[in-house]
Amino acid sequence: MTLLDLQRDFRLWLASGSETAARRLPGAHHAGLAVYQNNYRAQLVGCLEASYPLLRARMGDEAFLHLAARHISLHPPHAWTLDAYADQLGTTLQTLFPHNPDLQELAWIELALGTAFVAADAEPIGAAELAGADWDTVRLELAPGLDTRPASTNAFEIWRALSAGLEAPEAAMLAEPGALVAWRSGFVSCLRAADPLEGEALAALRRDGSFAALCDLLASRLGDAEGIARAGALLAGWIGAGLVTGLQGGA
Amino acid sequence: MPPFSIPPVFSGFGLGLRREHYRDFLDGRVAVDFVEVISENFMVAGGQPRHILHQVRERHPVVLHGVSMSVGSADGLRPAYLRRLRDLADEIEPLYVSDHLSWSRIDGFNSHDLLPLPYTEEALEVACANIAQAQDALGRAMLFENPSSYLRFPGAMSEWEFMAEMCRRTGCGLLLDVNNVYVSAVNHGFDPLAFLDGMPAGRVRQIHLAGHSQGKDLLVDTHDAPVADAVWALYAEAAARCGPVATMIERDASIPPLAELLAELDMARGLVRAREAA
Repeated sequence: MTLLDLQRDFRLWLASGSETAARRLPGAHHAGLAVYQNNYRAQLVGCLEASYPLLRARMGDEAFLHLAARHISLHPPHAWTLDAYADQLGTTLQTLFPHNPDLQELAWIELALGTAFVAADAEPIGAAELAGADWDTVRLELAPGLDTRPASTNAFEIWRALSAGLEAPEAAMLAEPGALVAWRSGFVSCLRAADPLEGEALAALRRDGSFAALCDLLASRLGDAEGIARAGALLAGWIGAGLVTGLQGGA
Repeated sequence: MPPFSIPPVFSGFGLGLRREHYRDFLDGRVAVDFVEVISENFMVAGGQPRHILHQVRERHPVVLHGVSMSVGSADGLRPAYLRRLRDLADEIEPLYVSDHLSWSRIDGFNSHDLLPLPYTEEALEVACANIAQAQDALGRAMLFENPSSYLRFPGAMSEWEFMAEMCRRTGCGLLLDVNNVYVSAVNHGFDPLAFLDGMPAGRVRQIHLAGHSQGKDLLVDTHDAPVADAVWALYAEAAARCGPVATMIERDASIPPLAELLAELDMARGLVRAREAA
C-alpha cells in the first residue's frame, strides 16, 4: 500500500467512519482508530463550540451538538487553520433550522465578530483627512473586518442580552427590516443595528469605495437633496465609529 | 549536504503561552526563559493576538510551534501556508520553528490532528522532501516533534531510526516530547529507553513535558493533567542524553493558574540541576 493510498483510506475512516477503508489500513486496530476518530470529532466540535458560544447557549447543548454532528458529517474540514472550520456552519444551520432566522442571524453575528477580531490592522482616519477631498472621485477604504447583513429578527437584542449574561428575549420578527454591522475598533469587535438603507450603503461602499456612487444610490432612494444629505451624515457617523480607514484619490 | 545548520542550543525553561495566562505575561515578568506559541494562532491578519505576541516577544525569546504543516502528506506542502509562517517568523525572529513528524492533510481534507506515518522508506522520502521544501521556504532549519501514536503501521524502521535518518538527510533538529515517547511506548509495547538511546540526541534542541490520560484501551496524550511520575523519570534520562536544552511544560486543557505550571517547571529545573550536580 502506498503512502497516498494509506492516507486516503485514513481520511475516509475519519470523515465517514468507513469500516471498509479502516480494514485496508495495515496493522490498524479498532482501539487506535477509535482514538483518532474521537480526536477528530472532538477537535471540530470544540472549534464550533468556541466560535458560537451564544448560539449554543440559545439552542441548548443537545440541539447544538446535533447541529455540529450534522455539519461535521456534511462538511469535512479543508482549511489550514482549525478556526476556519466555523465559517460554514451557517449553511448547515439553514438546512436544519430553516424556520429560525433568529438563529441564523445570531450565528452570523458571532462569526462576523470573530472574523473582525483578527482582521488586518488599519488605523481609522479622522474628518480632517477628508478636507479638500474631491467628492466626485474619492474612494473610501473601510475597516478590513467590517461586514454587514440584512436583519429580519431581534437577533441583535438576543445577542446583546446573552453577551451581558442576561435573560434573552423571545425570538421575534422585526416590525421593519433592519441591518447588522460588525467591525473592530482598536482591539474590540463591535456590533450595532442599522436601518436597511445604511446596511445597503455600507455594502455598496465596501464593493467599490466610491463616495459618488454612494450618493447616487442614496439619491435614487431618497431624492437628490435628502440622499446627498444622508450620505454626508452616514459618512460622519462612520468616521466617528472608526469604520473609515483610508481614502484614495480625489484629495 | 543539508543547506541549513541546526540552530544552536538554548538552555532554559519555558511555558506554552495560553490565552488564560495572557494577563500574567503582559502584567509583569514571568519567571521563564522562553515562551512557546502555537504558530497557527498568530498566522492571522492582525488584531489583538498578534499585538499580544509582540508584547510577549519584547520580554522573552519565542518558539513558534506549528500543528498544521503536515510534513508527512504524500501530496506535498501548501506554499501559501509556508508563506504565512515565513511572514510570522520574519516578524517574531523566533528561537526555533517547529512542527510534528506526522500528517494531517490529504487531497484538500485537513483532519487537524497529528496522524501517524508508517516508518517506511517511502514515507521517509516524502517527509524529507517536504521538510526540505519547508526549510527552503523559511530560510532556516526546523525542529520536528515525535507525536504520540495510537496505531503503528508496519515499517522497516523504528520511530527513532526514522527520525535519525530524517535529521541526517535534511539537517533538521528534534523537539523531543518525552510524554509522547512514554505514551507511544506504553501503547505499542516498546522500551522508551530504546527510543532515547536510538534517537540522535545531539539533534535535540527542545524538550516537551506534558500530562496524559488513561483511555479505555490506550494512553492518550491529552495535555490536561500534570506531568506523570513515569514521565519525570524518563525526562531525567532524556536530559542525561541531550544535555541542557530548552525544556517546557505543555498544557492545553484544564489549564491551571500559572503558579501551578511554574511549580512543575521548577521540578524540571531541579531534576536537571540534580543531574548536573551528580
